[in-house]
Amino acid sequence: MSEITKTSAATVSTPALKRYGPWIGFLIVLLILPYIFSSNVGVYTMNLMGIFIIFALSYNMLLGQGGMLSFGHAVYFGLGGFMSVHFMNYLEDGSFVFPMWLLPIFGGAIGLVFAIIIGSFSTRRAGTVFAMISLGVGELMAASSLIFVAFFGGEEGVSGDRTMGPPLFGVNFGQDVQVYYLIAAWVFVTVMLMYLFSRTPAGRLANAVRDNAERAEFIGYSQRKVRFVSFCASGFFAGIAGGLFAINFEIVTEENLNALTSGVVLLMAYIGGVGFFIGPIVGAVLFTLLQSILSNYTDIWQLYVGVMFVLTVMFVPQGLTGIMMMHTPAWRMKRVGGLVVPYIRMGVPALAMLAGIAGFLEMIHHVRGSPADETMMSLMGIEFSTHSIMPWVTVAVLALVGGYLVRNQAPQLKEAWETANNPDAGGKEA
Amino acid sequence: MTAAIELKGLRKRFGPTEIIRGVDLEIHNGERHAIIGPNGAGKSTLFHLISGRYGLSGGSVSLHGEDISNLPPYEIYRKGLSRSFQVTNIFPNMSVFENVRCGLMWVKDYKYSFWHLVDRERELNQRTAEVIEEIGLTSRQHIPAGVLTYAEQRALEIGISAAGGADVIMLDEPTAGMSHSETDQAIALIRKITDGKTLVMVEHDMGVVFDVADRISVLVYGEIIATDTPENIRNNKAVQEAYLGAEAEE
Repeated sequence: MSEITKTSAATVSTPALKRYGPWIGFLIVLLILPYIFSSNVGVYTMNLMGIFIIFALSYNMLLGQGGMLSFGHAVYFGLGGFMSVHFMNYLEDGSFVFPMWLLPIFGGAIGLVFAIIIGSFSTRRAGTVFAMISLGVGELMAASSLIFVAFFGGEEGVSGDRTMGPPLFGVNFGQDVQVYYLIAAWVFVTVMLMYLFSRTPAGRLANAVRDNAERAEFIGYSQRKVRFVSFCASGFFAGIAGGLFAINFEIVTEENLNALTSGVVLLMAYIGGVGFFIGPIVGAVLFTLLQSILSNYTDIWQLYVGVMFVLTVMFVPQGLTGIMMMHTPAWRMKRVGGLVVPYIRMGVPALAMLAGIAGFLEMIHHVRGSPADETMMSLMGIEFSTHSIMPWVTVAVLALVGGYLVRNQAPQLKEAWETANNPDAGGKEA
Repeated sequence: MTAAIELKGLRKRFGPTEIIRGVDLEIHNGERHAIIGPNGAGKSTLFHLISGRYGLSGGSVSLHGEDISNLPPYEIYRKGLSRSFQVTNIFPNMSVFENVRCGLMWVKDYKYSFWHLVDRERELNQRTAEVIEEIGLTSRQHIPAGVLTYAEQRALEIGISAAGGADVIMLDEPTAGMSHSETDQAIALIRKITDGKTLVMVEHDMGVVFDVADRISVLVYGEIIATDTPENIRNNKAVQEAYLGAEAEE
């Protein structure tokens, strides 16, 4: 696990462009995105993405930066959401006056308060003990949400109206795209703050405690307090994400703080890559895309996400960002070009194999899930009957031939990879 | 003058087995003190007791006259006692630079700050660079500590321990597993870094011990059987029997 910024971080004087360039680029991307994806679905997806980016990054302050595996991070997200939606209602009643765009601060505040309370005992140990406590607290909160109906609203949750606040330059957040800019602003600020946190003594020591908690004690730091500081910061940012969720959806329910949401954030951070600062961002973007796009095409999208998670854990524990970063040495030596052809030769059969397997799963699902007389199904725009033999043969051939070719190509890809990464080999060619 | 470290009737029991069986020892300020003894004598355990890794079963430890018995390691470190480990104990996924910088953070008074940016702290980074220069890892400072060679990791280990400027430094077998030339380098480094400080070291290499130490204590089965100058230890009958003799037989 290393950070992307490692090389630039150690030297004190980095060129201004290198230091600020990524942030300016990030800001520009955030600003122009709604012009590219201006459809309702596009804006909806991006809003969700922004919320999940903050949430997943806050989670990674625990897992990736601090070595704390939490199964209950949704608690702070959900509480932040509930608090914000309540304040939204106070605003509507007129019992309280403040700008709507500041609402997530209240979410952050309650996230912080609960992180202080829960962190005071859960950060005593890392590893299994921490994980178990987080799971217990998560269950406790999910159960309380059905008991303390006044605050959690019972099963139907609490809803509000985001347009009731005092307008800001004529913006009352009636349209989703206005909410987009609000979320984008919060994303920019919180991502920057979380990045800066990782560059403070507390953030650095979190890494040290993650790597070797015992050694940290022998350089003057209590591992528990180091974890506690990260834990509080993490709860704060998760609460902000929850607040934005409340503004975006105008409703917060028990589902936002239960184990399912805690699992989702773990999934996002891990698929993206917990060892890198930007890993959870990649994970959040990808997960949201899968959730909102894949779910249009298939009922069993969660199965695919689950399989992807398992494969990530087993084969690429450094996550998607890790895969991208693996190419840095080859990129520096300007030899990525040599990998394109092998990648295509590997990619085409791999895609065929995946298509075959996915087709098989979809057909099984259709046979099992639809009424007995409905034998026609449609996959990628192709209509066919699940009771004829041809479709089954087709997916089997796709999967088997694809799989065979993948095996066949693997040694060549490995060879190409080694050539691209061997500093000596390329010298002769170049 | 109070002793740098004073042990009184120190005991450590693991279940029914007593590993340290009443150790009394005074280590003077500014001396280089070596602790030797056969395998399993309890040398590392003694280190763990002094540095706070293990709780005591009996007796007391004082640092500069102040009782530090059963304090957590970080409190003991803050009072000016720093140690290294027998098994290399560094932060493997962080760069060499980060490793050393973390070792400086507390003494430079950053505590648990989340309002300083480490890259902007000129003095901190300068001091880090100096320490890395001293341990000879300047050209390797940006690579993860986990991929250093064994000897380099040992040097880094010593660097982290000494970076904070603690005035009592305890090194647990700093040259274990090193080649001859690496040992010479390590010794030179230890001399340089502990100049004017109190050094306590556990060491197996007798050449190193007699070369570096002002005084030597011999620990056998949880008890100190002699504490004296290298010359007298060499001629001590009991020591020869219990330790040097045993080694000669092997």
